[in-house]
Amino acid sequence: MTMMYNIPFIAVVTMIFIGLYAVLFKRNLVKIVIGISIIESGVNLFLITLGYREGGVVPIFTSAPSEVVKNAPGSMVLPVPQALTLTSIVIGVAVLALMLSLIMHIYDHYGTLDVRKIRGSEE
Amino acid sequence: MNWFELITLHSPPLIVAVPLLTAFLTPLVSKINDTIRNLFVLIMLGITGLLILILGYDVLTNGIRVYVFGGGAPLPSGMNIPVRIMFEIDGMTIFMVIITIILAIICILYSWSFMKKEDGQDKFYTLILLLVTSTFGMELTGDLFNFFVFLEISCITSCALIAFYVHKKESLDAAFKYIVISSIGALFILFAIGLLYAQYNALNMATIANAIQFTFFDKIVLVLLIAGLAMKSGLAPMHMWLLDAYSRSPASVTFILIGATLAGLYGGLRVIFTIYGNQLLNTGFTFYPGLIIGIIVTALGVLSIFIGVFMALKRSDFKKMIAYAAVAEIGYMFLAIGSYLIGLALSAPDNPQMLIAGTYALKGGLFHILNDALDIGLLFLVAGAVYYATKQTSLNSLGGLARNMKYTTIFFLIGLLAVSGMPPMNGFASKLLIYQSTYQISPILSIIAIICSIMLLAVFVKVFQSIFLGPEIPSLKDVKEVPKSMLAAMALVAGIIIFIGLFPNIIIDNLVTPAAEALQNTTGYISTILGGV
Amino acid sequence: MSQMSKIVRTQSNIIFPFITIFGLYVIAHGHLTPGGGFQGGAVVASGCIMLLVAYSSKWVLEKININRLSVFECFGALGFIGTAFFGLIFGGWFFNNFLVRNGILFNVVPEFGSTLSDFNTAGVLPLMNFAVGIKVIAGLFVIVLVMGLASSAKEWKQ
Repeated sequence: MTMMYNIPFIAVVTMIFIGLYAVLFKRNLVKIVIGISIIESGVNLFLITLGYREGGVVPIFTSAPSEVVKNAPGSMVLPVPQALTLTSIVIGVAVLALMLSLIMHIYDHYGTLDVRKIRGSEE
Repeated sequence: MNWFELITLHSPPLIVAVPLLTAFLTPLVSKINDTIRNLFVLIMLGITGLLILILGYDVLTNGIRVYVFGGGAPLPSGMNIPVRIMFEIDGMTIFMVIITIILAIICILYSWSFMKKEDGQDKFYTLILLLVTSTFGMELTGDLFNFFVFLEISCITSCALIAFYVHKKESLDAAFKYIVISSIGALFILFAIGLLYAQYNALNMATIANAIQFTFFDKIVLVLLIAGLAMKSGLAPMHMWLLDAYSRSPASVTFILIGATLAGLYGGLRVIFTIYGNQLLNTGFTFYPGLIIGIIVTALGVLSIFIGVFMALKRSDFKKMIAYAAVAEIGYMFLAIGSYLIGLALSAPDNPQMLIAGTYALKGGLFHILNDALDIGLLFLVAGAVYYATKQTSLNSLGGLARNMKYTTIFFLIGLLAVSGMPPMNGFASKLLIYQSTYQISPILSIIAIICSIMLLAVFVKVFQSIFLGPEIPSLKDVKEVPKSMLAAMALVAGIIIFIGLFPNIIIDNLVTPAAEALQNTTGYISTILGGV
Repeated sequence: MSQMSKIVRTQSNIIFPFITIFGLYVIAHGHLTPGGGFQGGAVVASGCIMLLVAYSSKWVLEKININRLSVFECFGALGFIGTAFFGLIFGGWFFNNFLVRNGILFNVVPEFGSTLSDFNTAGVLPLMNFAVGIKVIAGLFVIVLVMGLASSAKEWKQ
């Protein structure tokens, strides 16, 4: 029964390794960007899973049942990691938009999306 | 003195908020006129500089200062760990903030005429002001997640600035490489911050420093944080993005990017000295973690110096050779800090020789941060001036420019002498401290450092001879001297270099020694917030 | 990129007001229910992007002035940082919540324990939610509009 609470952490490690494999070993630029997005989803999942307390309810204070309020922060899920995850998702959206715009410009200049053919002037 | 005390009390958030407000007002002001916008930005940065001077005078005479966002006392009633975001300012913070504001003001002065003919100028000024805001935020904060948010802001804005020349294909390639490496490093830092929060239920640096024990997860967190922050500041195995990004972006962008990478170095220092201070900074030979970290940092520093100096010998692009010199200088800083950690771990209570040598190494390393930013910055400004006048960057097609550009030649000569550590310039003072102190820790390190300095001198004398001296090339016969605002910016940097070189004692006694003492004083940092608990 | 068929265009005309109202509800009730500035702004921006996909991006560009959208975005950011400065002027500390006990607008403090949700609470937070929501709507819409224009311009050139 206690093994079930470890499944999200195993999923986090799996996602980070899949993302690192995609960034290191794939040749298409768009696949590298997808790999970074997978790593970021893994880290966000890790932050949310930190806050779980067994038998906890949603941390909204004004509409909770009254016996939860009596031992008030005892049986609520932690709210701070939810704020950290939200900030991280916003940062991820901005970085993704920037990377996709750069890929569009690179395709305009080079005509190909293969990492091995994009070298610039190397001297 | 009521107004004065009020400004001093509220200056820490204003140092971050005034450039942020200016960054959002700039697109509205630039619809009126271009010159008014440049003046507006310069005046606002001048106000920020004034606030920094007032705050610096107060902190250097009165001690550590804490600012709590949105409230009064640091600990709200009924709680015994801090829950609000706090800025904590000690001597090291003031040192880094002064470096950043000098770099920012000179960059805006230089881009007045360097960027005059480009389009998209208002976005350029907005992005530079956001980069300056994020650098100030990284240096002033006392909260780990706040540090991560400002780090990500600086990654995104500096990537957009590196890709400023969108019609040339090399800048786009450099910017893509930079954003991939930077965002993976920042995600690892976020993972480490999540692990720290899970163990100690706090995000404040002082609370974590008070409660830290060196468990298995803490070792993982230390490795991830140092790796991520060293990736941001361009240490040896992770220096590839630095070469491309510094050499393919506009010169004023490179100048402010030096400040952003030094803020990454400051983050590394905070992690080693303050958060892990009680665990890593104990003296005595049987104390292994500090010794291992010191050896690794020193080894990476020596690797950076080697790569920076020896790979620069066969290049022929002007800006890329200066970028290799920048990598070598970052290696000198890490060498000094690693020597301090080794000296601390190898000293015994009846043999304080190693500890004194280590302290001198720390002071030399911190002084070298200031000198390196100014020297490498001056060299990049000269490279930008040459590009502005001739539109070329390769050594094969330049030559004989000293006839037409007299002042630029003199500034390059000053920068060359300063980078390689020759006596009347400031590089000599900081490098002498590093040579003396690393000699007592291990003579081999000092010999390597001296030889590589001499090789840097050889590299830059070759560059000087091939660009400025020599016969005149027919296609470059009618280049003119660069406009006056660029000359004024370069003259200001050269003036500061010569002033620090002639009177280094003023800077060391008033700025560097409080910074070194503030880094070693972990208990003072903790007890200012937690009140002696 | 040409326009989609008449069925898709009519359907998106009908749904667009509902999406906008739902997004504004999520922004406005950010201090009571899950949601807030970024989440509600992303919902409204998704509605606008749905219109962008149904009608082509060249058609939308003729109806909208991009420079005015950038100024709109600036006002969102200035609203956020201006509210923080007002906390310094009126409340004594930067980012202080100066409206919560003695202000005009959102000044009720709810009692301790489980009560009904009151919209009139929590001081400065709904104003900051609106500022962030405006900035997110304008920002995300301009990003996708420019990307759509850039890719369709290449298709027209070929």
